[in-house]
Formats: sequence, C-alpha cells, structure tokens
Amino acid sequence: MANNNAAQERVLMKGNEVLAEAAMRAGCRFFFGYPITPQTELAAYMAKKLPLIGGTFLQAESEIAAINMVYGAAAAGARVMTSSSSPGVSLKGEGVSYMAGADLPGVIVNVQRGGPGLGGIQPSQSDYFQATRALGHGDFFMPVLAPSTVQEMADLIYDAFDLADTYRTPTMILADGMIGQMMEPVLLPPERDPESLPAKPWATSGTRMEREHNVVNSLYLSPEKLNDTNHERFERYAAIRAKEQRAELMMCDDAELVVVAFGAASRIARTAVRDARAKGIKCGLLRPITLWPFPEQAIGQLIDGGTRAFLSVELNMGQMVEDVRLAASGRVPVSFYGQTGGVLPTPEEVLAAIEQAAATMERGE
Amino acid sequence: MAKANVAPITLPSYQQERIGSQIAETEKIVAARPRVLTDVVTNYCPGCTHGIVNRLVAECINELGIEGKTVGIAPVGCSVMMYDFFNCDMIEAAHGRAPAVATGVKRVHPDNVVFAYQGDGDLASIGTAETVHAATRGEKITVIFINNAIYGMTGGQMAPTSLPNQVTQTSPYGRDVSKVGYPVRIAEMVSTLDGVAYVERVTCDSRAHIMQAKKAIKKAFQNQIDGIGYSLVEVVATCPTNWGMTPQDAFQWLRDNMLPYYPLGVYKDVVADGFANAAEAALDRAKDCPIAQQKKEA
Repeated sequence: MANNNAAQERVLMKGNEVLAEAAMRAGCRFFFGYPITPQTELAAYMAKKLPLIGGTFLQAESEIAAINMVYGAAAAGARVMTSSSSPGVSLKGEGVSYMAGADLPGVIVNVQRGGPGLGGIQPSQSDYFQATRALGHGDFFMPVLAPSTVQEMADLIYDAFDLADTYRTPTMILADGMIGQMMEPVLLPPERDPESLPAKPWATSGTRMEREHNVVNSLYLSPEKLNDTNHERFERYAAIRAKEQRAELMMCDDAELVVVAFGAASRIARTAVRDARAKGIKCGLLRPITLWPFPEQAIGQLIDGGTRAFLSVELNMGQMVEDVRLAASGRVPVSFYGQTGGVLPTPEEVLAAIEQAAATMERGE
Repeated sequence: MAKANVAPITLPSYQQERIGSQIAETEKIVAARPRVLTDVVTNYCPGCTHGIVNRLVAECINELGIEGKTVGIAPVGCSVMMYDFFNCDMIEAAHGRAPAVATGVKRVHPDNVVFAYQGDGDLASIGTAETVHAATRGEKITVIFINNAIYGMTGGQMAPTSLPNQVTQTSPYGRDVSKVGYPVRIAEMVSTLDGVAYVERVTCDSRAHIMQAKKAIKKAFQNQIDGIGYSLVEVVATCPTNWGMTPQDAFQWLRDNMLPYYPLGVYKDVVADGFANAAEAALDRAKDCPIAQQKKEA
C-alpha cells in the first residue's frame, strides 16, 4: 500500500473489506476474531493483509477468547479490533464489559444479521438495544457509529479508533449485512503510522524498571471506590454526549414530519422522503450517525424549528424509536415502521408509512 | 544474626526512595521479600498455599532479572488481587480468560515475559477452551495452575478437580462420579497437546517439594525467555479453610488423597526429549503427515 496522503485512492470495494482496510490505515495492527456470516470478508481481508504490514491476525477459538485477546492487546497499548455478527457479538458482551470497566480502548465491529437466537444471515438492525444500552453487565455505554455507505465504513472506523483512544472506551461500528456485502466507490483515508499515535502511559507493557507498575483492572472491592470510578467514567460519557453527537439532516429546514433512520434503513428512507416531497408532504430525514450518543440535540432543534412529528424507520421491531421518544420528551408524537429478518421494505412501503404518519399528524392525533 | 554470603540487592530506582533507606548498605540480606512483591498484606487465609506459590513466582522473576518486562495476568478466584501483590505490570482478567488475555499481550510485545496465574475453577472449568487453545497455539507464555480441588473464593464449591467422593458445598453427599463425572487431570491433558514445551506437576507440602516447585516455575519462565514454547506448572495445593482442616491436616489430606490422584512429575519436556523447541517436537510427532512437514516460507 502506498503511503501517499496527497493522492487518496478512489477504489471500488466491498463494505466489509473497506472496514478492514480503513482500520489498518488508522494504525490498527492487531485483529482477533472468529468466523461468522455476514462479516466474513473483513476477517479474510485482515488475514491476507495484516501479516504483510507487520501486523497480527489471529483466529481465536471463540468470540469470547477473541474479545479477551483484544482486552490483552489493548492493555498492552495497541490499536486493536475484533469483528463479528449478532450472535457472536452476544458472546463478546462479557469482554466488552471488562474493557469498559478497565477503561480499555478497542474497536468492535458488528455486521448485524437477524435475530434472536441464530436468527438468519440477512441484513438487520435488531442489535440496536444491545449496542446502545450496554453490551454486557454493569453501568456502561460505548460510542456506537452507524455507517450507511461503504464510504462511511471507511470514515467511521477511522474515527472509531481515535474516539476509543481519546475517551479510553470500547467503541462499536454497528453495520449490517447489506452495507457489509455491497460494493461502492470509496476514497480511502490516509495511512497512519502506529508509531506516530499518542503514547499510552497507562499500558501494561513492562515497567522497564523506569516507573511504578501499571495495573489494568475492573475490580473494586471498596463500594466507595467503585462508586467513584463509575462516576468518573460517567463524566467522560457526559463529555461524549456533549461533543460527539453526529447526524445527517436532509430536507429538514421546513420539515413538519421527520423520518429518523440509520444505516441500511436510511438508504431506503432517503428515497421515500424524496418521493414524499414530490407528493407535497413537508418531510425530511434525520440520519443518526452516532447511535450512542444518540443525536438528541438534533431532535430538540428540529422540534424548536417546527417539526410536528417523527417516524422512526428501522430493520427491527422498534428499538431506536425509544430513543427518538426520549429525545422528543413528549413534545411531539413519534411513530414507527419496520420489518425484520432480512425483509427490506421498499421505498413505496416506507412512503406509505410516511403518508400515514403525515395524515395522523394533520388530524392532530 | 548469621550473615550469609549473599550479593547486596540493587533496588530499582523508583523503589530506592521508598525502602532503600531502610537497608544499611553494609548489611547483607539473608531473607527479604522478593523485590517484585509489594508490601501489601495478602487476602490469603492462614495456611493457604497461594502465599508460597506467589512468593516462588516472585523469586523466579527476580532471579531471572525480568521484572521490568514481565506482565502478569491475575485470574478470578482467591488470587484475584495479585495485581496488588506484584510490583510488575499486572492485568486482571475475566474468569477463565487469562490465557486469551496473555495471548493478546504477548502478540503485541513478544519481548515481554507474560505469565497467567490461575486456579482450578478458572483454568480447568470456565476457561478450559482458552487453556487448551493457548497451549495448542504454542503461545510462548507461562501458566501457573493452582489445583486445590475446590472453589475457594466463593466458599468451597465442587471444582473440576474435586476428588471422587469429596464433600463440598455443592457436592454435600460427596462427588458422585456416576452423576457429575471425574476430575479433570490438567497436566496429563495439556501434555498431549502440540505446541506445549513443558508441563510439570509439583506441590508445596514440604521444603523439598517447595524447592522442586520453584525449580519447575523457574524453568517455565526460562522456556518463555528462550522462546521454546508454552509451559504449564500445576501446583497441587491446599485450601484449609474450605476443606475444613488445619493447615497440617490439609497437607496430610493432600498427601493421602491428592497426590495419588494427581501424581507429581514432569509430563512433558521437549528439551529433555532432545528437541530445540515445541515446534520441532510437534513436527517430529507428525513425521508421517506430508502436509505437516511442508516448510513454511518466511
């Protein structure tokens, strides 16, 4: 790979492979994972490319082992990631909780498929709750970024490593089988030399007899100490909520009805919103890019600016809609439309849901 | 006090300020806490053998001069607080996951000396998969396995290594092997795995056995330093509190029951077998398998 920041390469690539390529360009040299559909291409790409640039690809014996290898590598100070799909991500929950508890940075990719249980292998967004409400036990959150294009796969995983390091937190890319499997042109980000990244003085990589020993730990037997630690961590979460909310707004300036959709669902919703505009409905699209922190500031601003209703469109039975309702705080009605199991709604079906929501709004219900 | 001919201890710079003034330069030390142990009082019960093994590990680290590059992985169980007792970099792992965490560290910093210290519930029950696969990958790590046939921290439940008919909180009528099966014999099992350089089972019920245990632990570290392969030392240990015995009775019970079931000795030593390392031994074992004999391009 050419290390040429000036001439960024525009190439046609698959979403899953772009996640891998952009992660390496962000300075990630360690990948631990376990095979699962539909994230397969990501691991395969890493297996091929990482050894060529002095990195380590290791297929673990389980998702549990993989996330604990991530825990160890992160403790040792490396930029490190793992990837999986829904059932495998459930197994990583324990390790992610320990990473949060020990303030370890690392990137977890979930290329979602349908659930619960073994579910299916088609695209889904049914892990929204799991991703945004804490993937394991205990009081914690982690930044969750939701790409909707192959370009965003590159851009967001690149940023995810910086977010993880800045706030010392596990960070998730919540993609889905559709974005993972599709090919689109992408402008790849510049390469970063892992040696150029900010130092991690807390890392456990040997004292070299030059400092007190470091400890990476999530155990606090003193209730006061654990309480203090949790409060300190939530101050960091408050900073993330204040600074890192991201969303894209389309046709929202005069929108009375705003469709909220992320990832694959937002691609369908985008077409439906344009079609609704053509039919004279004053609607727009709010596309959350960060699912946690949820872009509640944008929701509030829209209501302040005259938005009278929201429609959440998701590839699940209604999960993000709860965050839309929390952000709307009862000021305006919020409705939901979704399909599951890999059944992708057509733009016409979403348009019908928009028309219904618009009609309900006009009746003042 | 008799003064033995022992070289004066050179303290690391960051420790000199703290404890250096307490040691007159002209004095010769005959017995001291190993440098790599902190002065934190341990949580171990009176008579518990964790204290002995912690100390042996610390002595080996100091004698090998590796404390500056050692990273220890503490388990979940009675030795969970080891990160407070050791002066080297320490990581507290999730229950059973120490070998996976050690793998992560070692892959990032191959020059570090990485050890996992685990009890029987941690290593032989919830972490069996991590144990087997770290061993079979030939991770160049050192694993210290404390087998005291019981879950100590949680108050004396049946362990994967509890003996047949042993009474515990969760086998109140004695371990019924017809219903819950047999103890896992880790040294025997791990020694069958390719990638493993060295497995020895030791105990610490007597001075002679403690010295043998130290020798084994030191070898397990030296193997890692020399890049020979994965090493595991199983220490047959006591838990007087949860066995409901005095420390002396516990050692006698260990001799009467544990050692016949878990015989001491070297279960695998590729160097003693004439190989340079575990990889060479594995290659020899598969000498009739053509694909396994293919040379790998660097």
